[in-house]
Amino acid sequence: MTDKLSKKQDTRPRDAVPMVKAEGVHKSFGQVEVLKGIDLEVKPGEVFCLIGPSGSGKSTFLRCINHLEKINAGRLYVDGDLVGYRQQGDKLYELRDREVAMKRRDIGMVFQRFNLFPHMTAVENVMEAPVQVKGASRGEARERAMQLLERVGLADRAGHYPSQLSGGQQQRVAIARALAMEPKLMLFDEPTSALDPELVGDVLDVMRDLAESGMTMVVVTHEMGFAREVGDSLVFMDGGVVVESGHPRDVLTNPRHERTQSFLSKVL
Amino acid sequence: MTDIDKTAGPKDTPPAGAEAIKAIPVRHYGRYVTAVIAIAVLVAIINAFAQGKINWHAIPDYFFDDRIMTGVGKTLLLTVLSMLIGIVGGIILAVMRLSKNPVTSAIAWFYIWFFRGTPVLVQLFLWFNLGLVFEYINLMPVYKDYWSSFMTPLLTALLGLGLNEAAYMAEICRAGLLAVDEGQTEAAHALGMSHGKTLRRVVIPQAMRVIVPPTGNEVINMLKTTSLVAQVQFSELFRYAQDIGQNSGAPVEMYFLAAAWYLIMTSVLSVGQYYLERYYARGSSRTLPPTPWQKVKKHLTTFSSRKVTA
Repeated sequence: MTDKLSKKQDTRPRDAVPMVKAEGVHKSFGQVEVLKGIDLEVKPGEVFCLIGPSGSGKSTFLRCINHLEKINAGRLYVDGDLVGYRQQGDKLYELRDREVAMKRRDIGMVFQRFNLFPHMTAVENVMEAPVQVKGASRGEARERAMQLLERVGLADRAGHYPSQLSGGQQQRVAIARALAMEPKLMLFDEPTSALDPELVGDVLDVMRDLAESGMTMVVVTHEMGFAREVGDSLVFMDGGVVVESGHPRDVLTNPRHERTQSFLSKVL
Repeated sequence: MTDIDKTAGPKDTPPAGAEAIKAIPVRHYGRYVTAVIAIAVLVAIINAFAQGKINWHAIPDYFFDDRIMTGVGKTLLLTVLSMLIGIVGGIILAVMRLSKNPVTSAIAWFYIWFFRGTPVLVQLFLWFNLGLVFEYINLMPVYKDYWSSFMTPLLTALLGLGLNEAAYMAEICRAGLLAVDEGQTEAAHALGMSHGKTLRRVVIPQAMRVIVPPTGNEVINMLKTTSLVAQVQFSELFRYAQDIGQNSGAPVEMYFLAAAWYLIMTSVLSVGQYYLERYYARGSSRTLPPTPWQKVKKHLTTFSSRKVTA
């Protein structure tokens, strides 16, 4: 992990190529315009928090980053590469499914509803992508999967099916599953929203640990405490636009915008 | 059945500290009444059949006759092979139907429309007589022959039953694929898995839980439908039973014999289906339901413990 980071710093200065760069991103579902021109930048190694009321478009934006949703206008780059398209001259070519899948390998995603594969045990869930996508041997993948389960504190639950695990445990397995592909960017879509309050802490601990290891993370969350402590940047979205952005501590304690103030007064 | 399951388990282990309740259970008089009526009706029916003009002795005489056994074997073979064509074809058609490619989707739609919209028996005759349209079958370097000698009764039966079944299986599989949560596909895609891998590794295994029960139904249905292929000169259980009946002068008795054999085979298939469903339920429920044998064992032990407490 540290090895990877230092290599990255060797080839290009830390802030030269942003991990995620959005320029005027628009997205509509039918008649409804969900994103109305998003501009933002996520630097490598940064924990980037997206907050806002539901329906503000933050989850949709997150899903655009790994091309689960196609954007309608603007440009979206991950690590300098256009998402979902290839640009030649001034023409855009849609990428083939295979090429999109190739790019997604480097982007881990954690869902609100966990979305673990219910017919596989915890360790099989973590092994699945390395074996099927990267062609790792089963033994090798199992060893690595056990290390990752150890890291999220669930080595003793390796043989359990998701239905036999609590929500918090499932979400930690889901994080381990995403990490198994050794991504350079992790996307979290409200990872603690579906959890019982007492289970939230375990998941946040794992995320905090991940942040300390230098992983670039984009986190859609309602956990203001986490955003304040762990986040490096924070964006408040409402109605499909970025209302306010800055360092979490500044935005959360001294919101300049009226809309941010009223949102935070309800949440905090 | 479910009544018994609910009361059998924990009742027999009284809590350690408190005194266990000893109450007289509710008497279900209705159950005794219905049981008496059911037995009376059954006796009446058996009596009527026993006094009918049927030579019952003919049935055991021919029950394990060589021809009958061959017939049973061929019926099973035909069932297995046609279902194999049906299931493989059905999965392919279902995937085609759900594909984003409008051409494959339309082809699948057309196929299902045709094969589901015409009777199997008519399709069987059509396959048999397709020689009027295609005089030769010509797979250039490999094989060339007249249609009539190529289209043997077995092949007719297989194509007729299998291709028809594929249309039905396609709808069953489609329902199964649609039943899998979309989040599963998203999670697999987010991990970088291709469409094919996602389908094979994630979606289809979960769809099986929805697909297996109606497929069991289809297998049982298919076993019985094979009796139709006697019409296109393929000899299976029903055809052999008919032949024996005509030669031995006991035609109706042989129908009873055939019915008994069909019943035996469908019963065995039902047991197989139960265990298959159990296999695909893994991971979806925390504990698997007990097998019938485990249930029997549990009842035996609870009976014995009841005696101890009484």
